[in-house]
Amino acid sequence: MTQESPYGFETLAIHAGAAPDPATGARATPIYQTTAYVFDDADHAASLFNLQDYGYIYSRLGNPTVSVLEERVAALEGGRGATATASGHAAQMLAMFTLMEPGASFVAANKLYGGSVTQFMRTFQKFGWDCEMVDVDDFAAVEEALKKSTVKALFCESLANPGGVISDLEPLAELAHAAGVPLIVDNTMASPALCRPFEWGADIVIHSTTKFISGHGNAMGGMVVDSGNFNWAQNDKFPSLTQPEPAYHGLNFFETFGDLAMTVHGHAVGLRDLGPTMAPMNAFLAITGSETLPLRMERHCQNAAEIAHFLNTHPKVAWVSYAGLEGNKYKPLADKYLGGKAGSVFTFGVKGGYEAGLQLVESCELFSHLANLGDTRSLILHPASTTHRQLTEEQQISAGAGPDVLRISIGLETAKDLIADLEQAMAGA
Amino acid sequence: MDHDAYSNSYIRDVLNSTKTVAMVGASPKWNRPSYFVMKYLQAKGYRVIPVNPGAAGQEILGETVYGDLKSVPEPIDMVDIFRNSEAAGPIADEAVEVGAKTVWMQLTVRNDAAAARAEAAGLNVVMDRCPKIEFARLNGEIGWSGVNSGVISSKRRRARA
Ligand SMILES: Cc1ncc(COP(=O)(O)O)c(C=O)c1O
Repeated sequence: MTQESPYGFETLAIHAGAAPDPATGARATPIYQTTAYVFDDADHAASLFNLQDYGYIYSRLGNPTVSVLEERVAALEGGRGATATASGHAAQMLAMFTLMEPGASFVAANKLYGGSVTQFMRTFQKFGWDCEMVDVDDFAAVEEALKKSTVKALFCESLANPGGVISDLEPLAELAHAAGVPLIVDNTMASPALCRPFEWGADIVIHSTTKFISGHGNAMGGMVVDSGNFNWAQNDKFPSLTQPEPAYHGLNFFETFGDLAMTVHGHAVGLRDLGPTMAPMNAFLAITGSETLPLRMERHCQNAAEIAHFLNTHPKVAWVSYAGLEGNKYKPLADKYLGGKAGSVFTFGVKGGYEAGLQLVESCELFSHLANLGDTRSLILHPASTTHRQLTEEQQISAGAGPDVLRISIGLETAKDLIADLEQAMAGA
Repeated sequence: MDHDAYSNSYIRDVLNSTKTVAMVGASPKWNRPSYFVMKYLQAKGYRVIPVNPGAAGQEILGETVYGDLKSVPEPIDMVDIFRNSEAAGPIADEAVEVGAKTVWMQLTVRNDAAAARAEAAGLNVVMDRCPKIEFARLNGEIGWSGVNSGVISSKRRRARA
């Protein structure tokens, strides 16, 4: 079941998952830089391997620093549990690994981070997993795509990268549930400070903690958060959770662990057999970052709104796609799902197309030209030549990453300095 | 009692006031959920007495299995029910008759009518929960598996029992 906490979001951001260290009383979460953990005796070891007792065995499956971050993010999302991974991409792979089988398929929004498009459309094919991309603004198209008997999930981003597009989560959750499959939401760009997809019916949340949750551009990480609300036994689509698992002597995860099934499976099978484990050092950095998530998001959004307004009236700018601007198609969804905020990552087009865009990027002195987002520093990127370059031009345009598009991730610097930097860069463009 | 949302203190009181658990539907098979729960509760210091007519007279984890609750020759604090929601009804009534203090129905098991009867007789009732998960949640162990315990504290947690 989803967890409603009596505590406020800021309190959870600092305290959830992190009590003083039981052994030493250390108040900050220690970095448990260890590979393995001693067993008390052979029977204790057997209980742990059989999943009959709670405890650590080997850090590929679980680590005390990493599990603090897992509980932290689960609490911030109001979820039942979470599985940390080495990166956001690993989180997507791990979530799908639990749900999919060779020959199975899922439906995904066509406006996604370019790396996700490539992962879903090319690399997942090697596992025998098919992905059909649809415009999730078109409910009839989503409903039609979900009719295929092989479909196991619907996937979208709450606030989509790169375009300032927002998914209408509530009706999408209803469509997914009518088809007997979970709605999976990548909440990386909004972060739980702006949007909590479980409150709108989503079943699984994915994060690249690399981004706003860590927030300082210094630690890779991902997270699969389970709401605990989806009934995996309602149909026969999810045998990994509802059929006996031969690698655990016929254990049935849903029967044994109930609403913890997805989280236990994520560790005991997903991390154990695929191996994309988060490093304790990265977990420590993400834990530290998460403590200031609410404060940072507020300033990220405030700065981004100022810069979006500046660009929107600039003579060299052709258009700005920022859901916080009046008249933007997604403004009503920003009001509904993101508390009226619109994040700090958005796109704009410069007059003069591809060449002018590249030149602007290269002329920035304060904005860093790199492929990341959700950093304290402001970042700028030309997606068509970088993050989305693996895509066809048609895919680039449908993903909101056409040739004239620039993506910026607004950091925490002084807003007027960021405006001055863009002003001087555009003067040269 | 609101059976959709138990407070941490209610569950904690139930677990702290229990010493002996009669587990109805306990399985002798080591890979069944009831076996996991029995083994875990034993490790935490609870006496667990298995009840299962199909296995009466056998032993599970060092304890003799009884055919029904009334055959258990010792006082029972909690009856933990590993049966479906319908079967849980008469078992809850028997729990009242043998003088148990708590009726606990496992994950997915819920029988509101039986719960009301037991509560009217003065028993505590917990439904659709697992005592193993709840014990671990309230004692800082469940976070070890990435689970959201819902517990926040600035106190040093107890080390493992
Ligand atoms: C929305 C979104 N999802 C997923 C990812 C992948 O995360 P990672 O780079 O941590 O693998 C990214 C990274 O840019 C992203 O922006």
